[in-house]
Amino acid sequence: MTTNTTNIHIRTKINGQSYEFLAPSYMSLLDALREIVGLTGTKEGCLDGNCGACTVNMDGRIVDSCLVLAAEMNGSEIETIEGMATSDGLHPLQKTFLEEAALQCGICTPGFLVAAKGLLDNEPKPTERRIRHWLAGNLCRCTGYDKIVKAVQKAASDN
Amino acid sequence: MHPFSYVAPKTIDEAVAVLEKNGTRARPFAGGTDLLVQARANKWDLDTVVDIKKIPETMSLEVSQEGLTIGSGVPCYQVYNNEQIKKEYPGIVDGALIIGGIQIQSRATIGGNLCNAAPSGDSICPLIVYNAVAHISGPSGSREVAVEDFCTGPGSTVLQNGELLVKIVVPKPNAGSGTAYQRFTPRNEMDIAVAGVAVSVQLNNNGDDFESVRIALAAVGPTPILANKAGSSLSGKPINDDSISEAASLAKEEASPISDMRGTIEQRKHLIEIITTRMIKEAVKRARG
Repeated sequence: MTTNTTNIHIRTKINGQSYEFLAPSYMSLLDALREIVGLTGTKEGCLDGNCGACTVNMDGRIVDSCLVLAAEMNGSEIETIEGMATSDGLHPLQKTFLEEAALQCGICTPGFLVAAKGLLDNEPKPTERRIRHWLAGNLCRCTGYDKIVKAVQKAASDN
Repeated sequence: MHPFSYVAPKTIDEAVAVLEKNGTRARPFAGGTDLLVQARANKWDLDTVVDIKKIPETMSLEVSQEGLTIGSGVPCYQVYNNEQIKKEYPGIVDGALIIGGIQIQSRATIGGNLCNAAPSGDSICPLIVYNAVAHISGPSGSREVAVEDFCTGPGSTVLQNGELLVKIVVPKPNAGSGTAYQRFTPRNEMDIAVAGVAVSVQLNNNGDDFESVRIALAAVGPTPILANKAGSSLSGKPINDDSISEAASLAKEEASPISDMRGTIEQRKHLIEIITTRMIKEAVKRARG
């Protein structure tokens, strides 16, 4: 039996901009961003929801984009790492990540930044414990996490 | 990912029709946090993914006089952020809060946790001790199955061809009752239970005797286990260390774990005794308010 796959017609907003495209019915949100829309800031890591490298914000909640289907983007609003810096400059979290040296190889960084933004947007003054809990779904093999947590704390202290 | 088609029906009847037509080659799709991982691993010869999140019944989350209704498409975060659920169903929140991390909880559903039927599923044991009921729709109509009877083995359930879990209904707890769930994991978050225990207690009017108790064990058998002997040993007993330790040792006997990468038989049995003791005490504390 041949699978009757279809292209799904998608209308979505990514970083505030409207997009309309066709995506295969079995394509992930991650692949749609990278391969159709051309936004490659969102990284592929484990493809099973452990590492958080592919974290994006979907309708106000952070999700692993490898575990969402592109078909589900229709009618939704997505925010990716590319939406964090504005014409005025870097997002405060991006600045504190640089100041605190909260990255080395950088592969996990877009996921951490989008995840951390998801926290600070809703909880401007989280405790260290809360930050560590919130970021448990993001793995970093370089920094040992302390610098990342400090960078988030520093961004939060400016809130 | 192996190619599959995507459909998002708006009614239960449509979803059931697609599931029935495609048999094992179709799977309901709620949060996708298990399904898409398994699809990538080619666990099934998957032909059609049936997104159930456009069906109003599967997306309902309601607290009423009868109890708590959790639609099978409702993600964990909606459950644990609900003030009324936090207050009246803390055992459900205990489970929902520790499934995966924040990203996973944005998507993963209690219904999906139940249908995935992992012995370690953190939301299943709380549902069992709350006497929750699974509401299923299928080609020949609707039926209800107690959650304790829903899982039949690792990854297998009572669901027949074409059947869809629509919602889980948790009866409203009586006054003088309390429920709690805890698991043991090496990591606090993003981990899978080595062993877990849910306990629900109903105390007598004075609050010094157990009236009835339900105990369920996670990750120590082919399915989540309702530990009947341990629970019923406490009926009518005074609340003290002797009665609690007797129940905990019965729970240890009722556990039938395997040794694997997460833990050994001995460790898991030991954990069951310890966590059962703690959860009985915690449930009593919550019952007393």
